[in-house]
Amino acid sequence: MTLKNFAVTFVLGSMALVTVGATSMRAQSHVNSPDPALGTPSVDSTESHIGGLTGHAADGKKLYRRFCIGCHGPDGNGQGMNAQWIDPKPRDFTEATFKCRSTPTGTLPTDDDLYNAITRGFVTTNMPAWRPLTPQERANLVAFVKTWSPRWAKEKPGTPLTIPAETPITIESILHGRQLFQKLECWKCHGPQGHGDGPSADTLTDSKNNPIRPYDFSSGSRFMCGVTNQDLYRIFMTGLDGSPMPSFADVVKPEEAWDLVHFLRTLQPLKTQEADLWQTYRAAHGADIKPIGPDAAPGGK
Amino acid sequence: MYKWFANGADRTRKSWVRPVVTCALLMLAIVIGDCRAVSALPTGKVMAIPAFARKYGLPCSACHTAWPELNNFGKVFQDNGYQLMNDRDSLIWQNPSYFPITFRITPNWHRESTGDQPVDSIPGGGTGSTIISRNVTQAAFDLSGMDLWSAGTIYKNISFVLLPSSDPTAVWHFESAFLRFDNIKGSSWLNFKFGRFELDNLISEKRFLFLSANGGFYQTYHFNVPGSINDFGIGDNQIGVELMGHNADSSTRYSIALLSSNEGGTNLTESNLPGGLPSNRSFDGYMAFTKSFNAGSWGYEEFQAYAYVGQRGTYYQTTSAGGGGPVPLVALGNEPFYRVGFAGQLHFKNLELLPYFMHGHDSAYLGTGLPDTAGLPIGAKAPTFNGGFIEGQYFVNPQLVFFGRFEKIGVTQQAFVNEGAVPGNFGDVTAYSVGYRYYPIMFSRGGVAWHNEYSISKSIGIVPLSGDGSGLPPLLPTNGVWSSSVFIGFDFDF
Repeated sequence: MTLKNFAVTFVLGSMALVTVGATSMRAQSHVNSPDPALGTPSVDSTESHIGGLTGHAADGKKLYRRFCIGCHGPDGNGQGMNAQWIDPKPRDFTEATFKCRSTPTGTLPTDDDLYNAITRGFVTTNMPAWRPLTPQERANLVAFVKTWSPRWAKEKPGTPLTIPAETPITIESILHGRQLFQKLECWKCHGPQGHGDGPSADTLTDSKNNPIRPYDFSSGSRFMCGVTNQDLYRIFMTGLDGSPMPSFADVVKPEEAWDLVHFLRTLQPLKTQEADLWQTYRAAHGADIKPIGPDAAPGGK
Repeated sequence: MYKWFANGADRTRKSWVRPVVTCALLMLAIVIGDCRAVSALPTGKVMAIPAFARKYGLPCSACHTAWPELNNFGKVFQDNGYQLMNDRDSLIWQNPSYFPITFRITPNWHRESTGDQPVDSIPGGGTGSTIISRNVTQAAFDLSGMDLWSAGTIYKNISFVLLPSSDPTAVWHFESAFLRFDNIKGSSWLNFKFGRFELDNLISEKRFLFLSANGGFYQTYHFNVPGSINDFGIGDNQIGVELMGHNADSSTRYSIALLSSNEGGTNLTESNLPGGLPSNRSFDGYMAFTKSFNAGSWGYEEFQAYAYVGQRGTYYQTTSAGGGGPVPLVALGNEPFYRVGFAGQLHFKNLELLPYFMHGHDSAYLGTGLPDTAGLPIGAKAPTFNGGFIEGQYFVNPQLVFFGRFEKIGVTQQAFVNEGAVPGNFGDVTAYSVGYRYYPIMFSRGGVAWHNEYSISKSIGIVPLSGDGSGLPPLLPTNGVWSSSVFIGFDFDF
């Protein structure tokens, strides 16, 4: 075989391979557009609105393929090829149930909520912060995420929670927050010291029946849905839908919620004003402090 | 471009034109006819550097525009010390069976052809043979070198890279080996690296898409004016320390490096392979500043300014005490050089453009190859050059990318200006490369790229700087030597 014939055969063969490969890619499953019969929003027309940005689902679909498909899967149901190795499991967008919201439990999140989640990522999970994507790209992804469930066509997002101004950080506020921690039985999951080792911790499962661990305040890490006191306030007033963490909006008054925030901060190994106040108090009144747990008097210090 | 066919290479020309034209037409047909199908997206089988993919479960396309080139997310990941910053980066969180290692090699068929080569008119020489100018062409199945990539985190905020690399004959060296302390004092602006590493080049030659002998490196990154004894290449990994910092999304970055003046050499020599000449005792410096801007739906537009200031010895302290010829012990007579320029990485949705410019300057002693203890010849000057390229990449989708590059280097000052035998454009380089990579498989545990590339370069009076290092200068220094490469192979890692 001459060089000429070989080169021609080889190049043509390689091109045939590319053609076959491209064709087979078409035959393979891809980022499936949801079945319109389900009543899901159209990929072609769904938008998101974040500040001055308008996200487009059609553009988000391309980004989803590049960045998200490995975990969230071609059908958006959290069953990407890597999902089996991931704990906690990726979000199932077809359920339209989201942990981090500013809206009441059971309602859809706002576009800003989804945008913030993509931007921030979820600490201690495989979901990274996608801040390196441009704001427009993140807005496009938000729009595409909203095409997986018919809920987005039928319902409006809930009304965002109004967070009142933070009350002063005082020892009285912390002590009252500690009472609430006992009274609301937060310790049953998060543990008396907030280590995530309460008596119910080992029994918890998420809405997919996957085991889930309560947050360990002693890890000192960021919270699942943010880092600020406002974020912490929002977490337990809206709940983390899809997880055992309920909303306490109906049982905790806003000013009490701030007390609980101030106490929860003392459980973290961080240098905070709350921690300083608590340590000073404990040094002076350690003997009077009753332990948190099943044997503690309801509402007692 | 066809000048290189001129010297009796008609058969070669015919064998070339047909497959190249066929290739181009078929590619065009695929692009026109199948783009929508191709972009109709794959199953979830889209993964990248398996070491990190295994660790984080992200698609390779999350960090790479087309592997091995990094996208912005991948760059931030790299800047963070191969960490996602999700409090699960430390190896202590990984399954004990996890080991951060990746293999990469490219079985290939390639064809190399160089024109204007001085050859015997009668093969084998002998009576009546003279030296004439002809094309020299070779083609064969082959192997690339092999990378044994290991990188990741030792612990939270302590990262590492260990990259033993071999040539096709399994001669190994340490391409990279460093430890990096990340986010010192909790600040992303303070990261300290120690070892052998790639300079903070915005356009990385270590992670680019070209593989052929002529196209598989940036000419500008390794160019020195002919005659200079300077061996510096900004694309070569250097050895030393680096202080680097960046903001949260790496849109602002800086790098300051202090490096041994030995071209990344190990064992106190000028090479990371055995047999290198002894190096000197001095240091070079490198600085780079990078800024990117959000261009909305286009993506980020990145710009970098850089400067490298170095020195190289011009003679050696030797000893003849052992008998035989003098043995060099240490390089002396340091003379300076510098490289300055700028680079860009511009995104226009699926199109990416990479402009690059460099100005190079060597001391007249380096340029003439004379020890700095001697006087310079009359007319000798410090050689300078300007070089640069523009590279384009079009991503049909994460699994198919077309790329091309035009590169030009002009010598603006020869070391000897008064020697009439040396033309002013002696050493000038012009180079073109085109190709595509198709990734039929991008699993979480490995990937394959089908790589096709054609590159051609021309050098005035010298053999083109080629990845395989072959060729001889032409008979006349005014002649332009064309060298071309065809590369077809399977690039895979796992």
